[in-house]
Amino acid sequence: MTDREPAFRELARRYEAKTGIKVNFELYAPSDAYSQKVRAAAQGANLPDIFGILVKKRDFASFIKAGYVLDLTPYMDENGSLWRNKFFAKALAVDEFGEGNSYGVKTGIYGVPIDIVTIQMLYNKDLLKQLGYQRPPQTFAEFLDMGKKIKVAKLQGLVSGWVENWLIDCFANNFAFNIMGKDKVLATIRGEVPYTDPDWVKVLTLFKEMRDSGILAEAVVTMINKTAEQLFANEKAVFAFNGSWCVNVYKSMNPGLDYAAMLPPKASDKFPMTVWGGAGSSFMVNATSKNKDTAIRFLQWLTDTEQQAYLAEATNNLPANKESLPKIPEVLAGFSKAIDSSTHPNIWDVSEFPVVIESLDRGIQAIILGEKTPVEVAAEVQKIKERELARKDNRPR
Amino acid sequence: MKIRSALENYGFILPALSIFAVFYIIPFFFVLRLSFFDWDGIGRLSSATFVGLGNFKEILLQDPNWWQAMRNAGWITFIALTFQNILAFMLAVACDREIRMKNFYRLIFFIPPILSEIVVGMVWRFIINDVDGANIINRFLAQAGLAQFIHNWLADPKTALTTVAIVHSWKGFGWGFLIFLAGLQTIPREFYEAARVDGANAWQTFRKITVPLLMPVIILVAILTILGTMQAFVLILGLVGGELAGHTSVPVLRILDVMRDSSRFGYSCALGINLGVILVIISFIQYAFSNRARALTQDYEHIPSE
Repeated sequence: MTDREPAFRELARRYEAKTGIKVNFELYAPSDAYSQKVRAAAQGANLPDIFGILVKKRDFASFIKAGYVLDLTPYMDENGSLWRNKFFAKALAVDEFGEGNSYGVKTGIYGVPIDIVTIQMLYNKDLLKQLGYQRPPQTFAEFLDMGKKIKVAKLQGLVSGWVENWLIDCFANNFAFNIMGKDKVLATIRGEVPYTDPDWVKVLTLFKEMRDSGILAEAVVTMINKTAEQLFANEKAVFAFNGSWCVNVYKSMNPGLDYAAMLPPKASDKFPMTVWGGAGSSFMVNATSKNKDTAIRFLQWLTDTEQQAYLAEATNNLPANKESLPKIPEVLAGFSKAIDSSTHPNIWDVSEFPVVIESLDRGIQAIILGEKTPVEVAAEVQKIKERELARKDNRPR
Repeated sequence: MKIRSALENYGFILPALSIFAVFYIIPFFFVLRLSFFDWDGIGRLSSATFVGLGNFKEILLQDPNWWQAMRNAGWITFIALTFQNILAFMLAVACDREIRMKNFYRLIFFIPPILSEIVVGMVWRFIINDVDGANIINRFLAQAGLAQFIHNWLADPKTALTTVAIVHSWKGFGWGFLIFLAGLQTIPREFYEAARVDGANAWQTFRKITVPLLMPVIILVAILTILGTMQAFVLILGLVGGELAGHTSVPVLRILDVMRDSSRFGYSCALGINLGVILVIISFIQYAFSNRARALTQDYEHIPSE
């Protein structure tokens, strides 16, 4: 987010020149440090007029239920839903709580998407050609086959910040959707399908196969995403798994890098490959702020076509305003194609227990490290899932 | 007059006491209170669910990750108590003697402790790692004809924790060195001269004079090492980046992860209390040891220096 500071500062300058209202942007990184800052500000009753919430939907719901976030639905629906219609539906969905949602939040839109993110695989065009491949892998088997050649060439295969659980979670979910489909994934989250189901074991086995084939970069489970970005930008790795924000990052690290985005190679023909995507950053209006109306007017201006096009151009991020999309660079267009194949946990009507996600991610790390088998990990995750379901049933309502 | 004097004295300690109360005592009671709740750290505390001792029960009976983190911290502490403190002690003994450039060594040995932990972690990661680093250790091993020992030190669960422990020891030995050196300089030189006159050799002098007289300092360093190491986590973030499937997980990192990833603030407060209780128990054991050590050295204290 901090890489966008100059662009936001410029927009604030333009807004002040236009309206006389001074807007002060404060950007923080990394995202988890920022999340803690926002929580602390909420507890200290000093949230800014506009803020972002970079957490899971469950926590977003807690912010709303605690009365910190303004319901923007009336503003979105003014003048024949003029504001609402500017956004990609998938971008808005992340900030939306539908009717009868499992979080107990009143139906409404509680955030304004600023940009869109899709998280996909990337490949280095030059390195693939050097290895003798004319196109990126279409199937998982093809992808695994590349492992040996990559090792012989003393390159790294797939790099990603897999020391961070959420990126592993994201990668595993892509294949879960591909192997068993959305309904079965959501049924698992609801507790109707166990993690010991053969389809889940198959998802976990993919990680074992990647480890065995050598397609994964060395030490990928201790890799932070910044390191993964450096390796890919410096042409030491053939593939990366990263979000569309990387376009700006790679540009700053190696402007000449020749790469493209791709969907992860399919492991099954049963269901389409689905990647995570939707609103990248969203802004929420502080429900307790005295400047609510001013804040909303600023956000309406910020998400207008001209400002969105400027942000997309200056920061190489996909705009949330669909009218600004034609003006984006080619690589970014590759990411934008995946919007239709995207989903996100924040738009599902159920969410997995954080401890279950943690045990799944740690289990996958253990598979990559060669310590546990997919069957063992599946059994461990299911055990924790059952414990959490029992705890939920026993919790006072 | 007595009351006035007492009030004056209390006035002097009031600023320190206030700071201590505001930043330690009040937060402690706040954390203790939170540990009895199921709270996500977002909603108002009045909406949190009271779970009594439920969080503590979960820690004791259902949280193997926490106890794995404790074991890991125990291993790092063991390495620090042995390797780090023995190194610090030996270097302090060496610098206590009349050697050339001893002031230079004192300065050099104290550089690692004053460096930021995250910087030390990242620098060592660069030194050790072969993928995103300079791979210096492995290159050195190859040059030295020890290619069979080339290894992915930080990514292999078998070596990651010990590598962390060794870097932690490198970072921390300077404190022990400084305290040991200060302790050694308080031992009256006459004892050594008398021992020499009586024909004691260097080993006997070390065993019968240096070690017993330094025992309270040794225990102090040991306790500071335990308390400091059990709470270490920043270095691990810099070196490994995280928990490495639990292999480099330590208590504070665990508390942070539970709070950050699972939004279980009440439970992480309970983890903090659990760690605090363990450290208090260790401190009490230290107190008992200190008393014994003091008794052991009493004979020496009664020896007239003239």
